[in-house]
This record gives sequence, structure tokens and C-alpha cells, in this order.
Amino acid sequence: MVENLTWLVLLLPLLSVALITVFTRNKARVSGQISIGAVLAAFAVSLSLFIFCRSGGIDSFPQVRVPWLSVGDFHADIGLQIDSLSLMMMLIVTGVGGLIHIYSWAYMKDDPGFSRYFAFLSLFTFSMLGIVLADNFLMMFIYWELVGVSSYLLIGFWYEKASAADAAKKAFLTNRIGDFGFLLGILLVWATLGSLNFVELHQLLDGNAAKYAAVATAAGLLIFCGAAGKSAQFPLHVWLPDAMEGPTPVSALIHAATMVAAGVYMLCRVFFLLESPQALEVIAWIGGFTALLAALIAVQQNDIKRILAYSTLSQLGYMVMAVGLHGTTPAMFHLTTHAFFKALLFLGAGSIIYGLHHEQNIWKMGAVRQKMPVTYWTFMAGTLALCGLVPFSGFYSKDSILGQALAQHNYALFVLGLIVAVLTTFYMFRLVFVVFGGKARSEAAEHAHESPGILVWPLRILAVLSTFGGVMGIEHIFKQYFEGATAAEPLPGFAQQLLEPFNASPLAAYFGLFAVVIGFGGAYAFYRNALVDPLPERLGWLSRAMRNRFYFDELYENYLIPYTQEALAKVADALDRKLIAGGLVRGAHGTTEIFGRMLRMLQTGSLQTYAFLLVVGVAALLYYILAR
Amino acid sequence: MSAIPLQHYLIVSGLLFSLGLLGVIMRRNLLVIYMCLELMLNAANLALVAMSRFNGNLDGQIMVFFIITVAAAEVAVGLALIVALYRKRQTAHVEDLTSLNS
Repeated sequence: MVENLTWLVLLLPLLSVALITVFTRNKARVSGQISIGAVLAAFAVSLSLFIFCRSGGIDSFPQVRVPWLSVGDFHADIGLQIDSLSLMMMLIVTGVGGLIHIYSWAYMKDDPGFSRYFAFLSLFTFSMLGIVLADNFLMMFIYWELVGVSSYLLIGFWYEKASAADAAKKAFLTNRIGDFGFLLGILLVWATLGSLNFVELHQLLDGNAAKYAAVATAAGLLIFCGAAGKSAQFPLHVWLPDAMEGPTPVSALIHAATMVAAGVYMLCRVFFLLESPQALEVIAWIGGFTALLAALIAVQQNDIKRILAYSTLSQLGYMVMAVGLHGTTPAMFHLTTHAFFKALLFLGAGSIIYGLHHEQNIWKMGAVRQKMPVTYWTFMAGTLALCGLVPFSGFYSKDSILGQALAQHNYALFVLGLIVAVLTTFYMFRLVFVVFGGKARSEAAEHAHESPGILVWPLRILAVLSTFGGVMGIEHIFKQYFEGATAAEPLPGFAQQLLEPFNASPLAAYFGLFAVVIGFGGAYAFYRNALVDPLPERLGWLSRAMRNRFYFDELYENYLIPYTQEALAKVADALDRKLIAGGLVRGAHGTTEIFGRMLRMLQTGSLQTYAFLLVVGVAALLYYILAR
Repeated sequence: MSAIPLQHYLIVSGLLFSLGLLGVIMRRNLLVIYMCLELMLNAANLALVAMSRFNGNLDGQIMVFFIITVAAAEVAVGLALIVALYRKRQTAHVEDLTSLNS
């Protein structure tokens, strides 16, 4: 029963893709309805499955496995991994994704590619659910690539715009680099451990942790490459801000609920493989560094979507850092709350952009608060959640990450996390003050108007989730899953959850709140009623570097890519000219010619030669038959 | 009747066949080649008749009649071809008839 319903959840979006591409490409509204219907049905089924499992106290199911191909010793199954972790992720993907689908209905309503858009959204949902439910590395990799393809299609949705097409290509290629490492990691796992199935691998490693320590470190780091690509960790972070060229709901989908979450989810799913101190140390520091780097860049961006994009990078850095600190629970918890509030912020930004006729520069906005009250209040909820103020959801998840750093006695990363928290509050309130406060600084901002209901309802729902997401027991579900408690154990009460951070790790909680206050104070001092950004004058070159994203794009474009590409191109050229053109093509033609020349000598035109050869042939045949 | 054993017939037949074959390969004149071909056919006939006789079975002789008929027809067609060729090329020597070369 449960398996069949799970298959249904997985296949509904795929069915929607098939229906739209085959039947309703020219019927925009029907396509949208199919796609929205599919994702909502998937959500409903996921929710009932989830409730069924929670109320029954069921933690996980036996894996469902359908044999797919077997070559020699290698067996690949199409399987489903159904447990609390994947059920929660299904809820996030279909729930937040569903709200984004609904939002897209209004946001994209005049677009000529409406049907195509919804087909892509459904494809994306399908791939993402595939990653969530995959029970082995091979299936996960297949869906992983499918997510790559569908994100390419969505980012490049307005492919007639050169910048969108370039951004799509950049996202795809950057992801490919990470995926290459991922694939190597998978091959390494298979070569040394002989299985790709998560449960089997877990059992195998549990028994022989010491024996496979070296393999686990290498494989863990290689697999982390894949996660770094999808979750946009340094040094593969450059694609994510450019991905803002896609439609805003797509940014919400990619940057909030799904694609970027895939990397963190995968790390949590295969955490048993990463449990070597060296690998985790590297992962934690990469995460922390990304968080700091992205937060610094976000401080000096002027495009509303780019600020949010860098903020996403920074929050993903937090999650990866949490994984590196043995904190799968905080990582997944933050992933969930982040899905809520970042989707909310992106959709809010979309609403502002929609109201201001596609203006994205925050310095050309201002005074939006009066014009778009619903957007303002929901956006504030998202901002406070992101900054981590009590009792918004972000406070709890961020606190659990900081608490994890303290619990691991990694004070360097704890301080780094605090600095990032200060910066987060600073850039978010910079955005809020500039966009919503002050006076309207452009024509469009003066004539702004509140978005229609179908755009603001998803905002309201997400605002509620962002506000209360921290105290709904999400953390405990993950804790039960990762720390092996039984699911039957009741969740702690509401009040207990509300105050839990102060009891569990008071230091982290108070420092976290202190960081929010400092960040808010800074933003208040600099940006209240500011007409232009005061920071470039005060910071000089530092501000320029932040604004130019610390020149990473230029570094890649001018040094890294030319040299690696040039070298690769030379190798490929040599292979093409020498081996393929020289060896294979010329070789084939040369061999044929030599045989032709040899055969031509036989054709003398002389009757008697033929007769002689015939006789020789017959004699040889007779000898072969008779004398053998 | 049983004075001459089968082997003798077969040896004569083999010799005749070899002579014919040698002629086909070595001789230049088409007409002679033709006659040599006939010689080969008759060598085969001789072997068949001998076999038939010694096995007490008439199948071989029936086969020989067929071969004679076919040979007659073949001679008619072949000679006609040679005459036609001679008219066109004024020669019946195989060395001059190598237009299939190159």
C-alpha cells in the first residue's frame, strides 16, 4: 500500500510532463492545471503517508526494489527508500513546490511559453522526488542528472535572452564538474565495497569502519564534490547567482525547496560514508567559508534577487558546515526552515518585481511598504526567520547549527557562524530598509500596486510556515531518524520547543540573538532613509571587491577556464587528428585500398587464368573434404 | 568381362580428364579449348559408365545420357558464340580476348 502510494507520488509529476508535452502544448491553461493538480495530488498523498506513518509510529519501511539491470556481479535496482527522512523531504518538495506552482500560475500568465514552463516544473519536481526516494547511488545519480537538465531548462526558460542562455549553460557545466567527482565517488564505492545500495552500504561500513576508513574518506570527499556542485559550495558556487536569470518562481524553486537542497540531503542520506574526521573537517570548513564569502558578497549587491541568491549560498554553507560538524539533524532542520523562508523571500521578491514592472534594482525601489502591505508583512516574516529572531523558524535551526559547533568544540566555526549571522541580518535589513522604507526612488516604485490574490496567498501560507516552522516538531522528527530513537516517542510540547534552545545551548542562543541585534543596528545606522549606498565610500576597495563577487567569475573566466580548456582542447585535438583522423579514418581507407590493389591483380581478364584458379579451388576443396 | 578391373577404367578416365584440363588451361585457340572441354565431359562419362557397370546399377548410365544431351546443346551454343566472336574480333585466340582486364 505504502509503496504503491509512494510510486504514485513519484510518477504523478512525470505523468503531468507526458500529458503536457503530448496533448496540451497549445492549451496553456489546461497544461497549468494538469501540472498544479499533479503536484498538489502528490502533496496530498505524501501528507497522508506521513500522517499514517507518524500516527502508526512507523519509522521506516523495507526497501522496495525492482531489478533493473544486472551485468555480471553488478546489479542495479530501481528502488524506493521510504523513511522519515524521505517522507519529510517529499513533503517539502511537493508542499513548497506546490505553492510555487500556484504562484507561477499568476506570475507567468502572459508568457507565451506557459505550457512549456509547467512541463519543465513538473519534470523538475519528478527528478527531485526521484533523488529524495532513491535507495541506491545509481538511481540517485540518474535523478541527480535529471535535476541538472531540468534546472538547465528552467534557468534558460527565456532562452532568447543571451544572459539567460549563458546562465543556464553555466549552471549546467558547473554542476557537471561536481557531478564528475560524484560519479568517481560512486565508482570508487562500487569498486571497493561492491554495492551501491544505501542500506547494504550502511551495514557493510558499520561492521568494518576501520577497514574501510581510507576508502570512506576518499569516496566521501568525491561524493561531496557532487553535493558542492548542486548545493553551490565554494569553489563551484558561481552558477547560483547567475541562475537568477530564470523566472522568479524558478529561482524560488531552485534556491529554496529543491535543487540546492539536493546536495545537503544527499550528504545526510549517505552520512555513514562520510564519517571520517578528515573528510568531515574539509566539508565543515568549505561550508563555513562559503557561508562567510557569500554573506560578504551579499552585503554589496544591488539586485534584489542576487542578494537573496547570495543569502541562499550563505545558508547552504551553514547546512554543509553542520553536516561537517556531525550535525545531520541541524542540517536537515535548517534545510526545511530555509525551504520555507527562502521560498517566501523569493516569491515576495517576485511579487515586488511584478508590482514594479520588472524592476530588480533595490535603489530604484523604496516606500514599497505602503503600496504592497501584504508583501511587506510576509517579506518581514521571511526576513526575521532568515536573520534568526525568536520565535521565527530560522532562530531554531540556526541555533541548532551553532549549538552543534559548540558541542563539537569547534570554536573557530562557531565564531565564523556568528559573523555570518551578523552579516545576514545586516544585508537583509539593508534590503528591507532600502526597498520598503524611505521614499520612492523611481517612477515604477511610485506606481507600485499590491499583487493579485493568487500571488499573495502562497506568501501568506509560507509566512505562517516560516514563523512557526521552528516549533512544529520538525527537528525532533529528524533527531529521531538520525539518532535512532523510536518514532513512537511523543514530540515535546509547544512551550518546551519554544524555549528549548535556551535550555540546550544557552551560549549559542544568546550569541545568536546578539548577532541579530548587531546586524540590525548596523543596517539601521547605515540604511535608514539612505538615498544612496554609503558603504562604497567608507570601505573603498573592499566594497568594490564585494560588489564584484571577489572577482571569482573573472578569475574563472580569464585564468582557470582558458588554461584548462586550452589544455583539454589540445589533448582532444591531438586525439582527434592523430588517433581518430590519422589512425582510424585513414587506417580504414588505407586497409581497404591495399586489399583492393591486391584483389585487382587477380583480375587479369585472361580466361585461362580463371579456369586455372577454378581448378585449384576445386582441388583444394576436394582435398579438404576427402583427405581430412 | 571381369578381366579388366574398375581401377583401369578410372585411371583412363582420370588421364583423359587431366589431358582435357591441361588443354583448357594451356591451349590458346578457343576451338581447341572447346574440344578439350568435350574431352573432360567424356572422361566423366567414362567414369560414370564404369561405375554403373561395376555396381550393377543403371543410374550412372542414365546420367551419361543426360550429359551427352547437355553437351550437344552446349556445343551448339558454344560454337555459335565462337563464330559470332570471330566475326566481331577476327580472332579466336584467348590472349587477344582480355578486355575484362582493367
